Amino acid sequence: MKQLVILSGKGGTGKTSVAAALAHLASQEAATVMADADVDAANLELVLAPTRLEEHVFMGGQVAIVDAQACTACDRCAEVCRFDAVIPGDESYAVDTSACEGCASCFYQCPADAIRMEEQQAGQWYRSRTRFGPLFHAHLFAGQENSGKLVTLVKQQARLLALDTGARLLIVDGPPGIGCPVISASAGADLALLVVEPTVSGVHDLERILGTTEHFGVPALVLINKADLNARQVQEIEAFCASRGVRVVGHVPFDIVVTEAMVHGQPVTVHTNGAVSSELRLTWQRIRGLLWE
Amino acid sequence: MILAVASGKGGTGKTTVAVNLALAVSSQRTNQSDAEVIFLDCDVEAPNGALFLHPTIERRQEVGLLIPEVDFAKCTYCGRCAEVCQYSAIAVVQRKVLIFAELCHGCGSCALNCAEGAIREKLRVSGVIEQGLARGPMRFAQGVLNVGEAMSVPVIRQLKQRAIPHDAHRCLVILDAPPGTSCPVVETMRGADLVLMVTEPTPFGLHDLRLAVEVAREELGLPVAVVINQDGVGDEGVDRYCQSEGLRVLMRIPMDRRIAEAYAEGRPMVEVLPEYRQRFVDLYRRIMEAAGR
Repeated sequence: MKQLVILSGKGGTGKTSVAAALAHLASQEAATVMADADVDAANLELVLAPTRLEEHVFMGGQVAIVDAQACTACDRCAEVCRFDAVIPGDESYAVDTSACEGCASCFYQCPADAIRMEEQQAGQWYRSRTRFGPLFHAHLFAGQENSGKLVTLVKQQARLLALDTGARLLIVDGPPGIGCPVISASAGADLALLVVEPTVSGVHDLERILGTTEHFGVPALVLINKADLNARQVQEIEAFCASRGVRVVGHVPFDIVVTEAMVHGQPVTVHTNGAVSSELRLTWQRIRGLLWE
Repeated sequence: MILAVASGKGGTGKTTVAVNLALAVSSQRTNQSDAEVIFLDCDVEAPNGALFLHPTIERRQEVGLLIPEVDFAKCTYCGRCAEVCQYSAIAVVQRKVLIFAELCHGCGSCALNCAEGAIREKLRVSGVIEQGLARGPMRFAQGVLNVGEAMSVPVIRQLKQRAIPHDAHRCLVILDAPPGTSCPVVETMRGADLVLMVTEPTPFGLHDLRLAVEVAREELGLPVAVVINQDGVGDEGVDRYCQSEGLRVLMRIPMDRRIAEAYAEGRPMVEVLPEYRQRFVDLYRRIMEAAGR
């Protein structure tokens, strides 16, 4: 079983549209499992029309809660909190749970034993069925921490099912950026597909995400999306990739059909058969060749 | 006035709106009493504002977290530090203390709880904060997370602490937020007077806008207004949502290939399409109204 993760650095370059198309194309050839690792803005379900089979609670971190009766407003908690999470008051103090990182420093320091630590539900995760195979996805509640932990959980579940059922491929739709959820999404991947757009921002962020995949030892390929937007930036991406020994496996043109497919809730390769779809088919063939070579 | 520019979904035009608003307002500044513009790039995983504003960096400061360091002359291997650490960043096994720096949140609880005073804290660098001036003229600051580092929140927190002046109410402080809805976004929005959501009228845009609005309004209690970018693509979902939620749409930027091409080259819209200069000044006026200023 191979694991392919779709990443980008910069947001909005087309990761999810590409992931959905690859899920469609790959599943026509072999059993495929999908995981949406962008748990704070999960969009894959919008184009895969999943039927939810299971729903599970995700317990995230803990937060400090102050017992107002026991609090003596001595200020010790505010003194030790490094996350500005303590809200001082005249009679008693309180904790801003959106700022609390659950370190329990205040819990240990409170002389009045007025603070307790409470586990919080931080989200939910789901196992679903789609016409292209099983999908594991999640919803991290607004503003929660521990997205990396939830990504790891979703991927673990997807991987176990893929191994149990003898699936050949796990496609992981990654989050933007280069930080904790991206690192969790890339862990254990055989290959990363970096979706980049030919803009100054796209090029800048490609260098950062490639640095990240190299740092964690995941081989990478590049797909240039909206490739006819700017010839000069395309050349720059190609030169950069050549200098780093990274293959460019596709040039998808800028076309409104990608948005139309999204509005229709379909992968673009299901929605149309134009230039975008045929380039994505070629791209998939190249990726497939490299995954199982 | 502290304005956070956010979106949920990536690539909807946060940086475009933040940069052009900053340029339009700063160039209109005719005397000392007008608001000085301060641009903070809080998307520390993929910071792109500088590609458009070309700041001259005058100060660079390495930032990170204070992580524990054990003085083995004093350590009794009692294991208390490992017991109080909520992140499993310390393990005491036989006569060894292992510190997993990448798991540490820098809360300092281990040092406070060490009865022997055997734990000192030292800075572990995970990023850099750069401050300077950009044409406009405006003050510019950005945080840059080092490649391979997981935690962006400490860099964002320190960027805001250093670069937001005490008289922020007299300035226009623009915070360019990262995509998503989890802790880095919360850290960016916290303390803002208004959150301006830049969205695209597509199903992905709407899905992530809802989540981002939930973070800003429900979690943080901040007022929210909307800019619709690429107006005309996609469907009616975003407009219907804004209407039903009572969210004011302060500006609409049409789908225009010239804007995309200028962006690709790193050229601000207000310079390529001068008619937008006044439109962004108008946006500023509406922002002030929406924030009750």
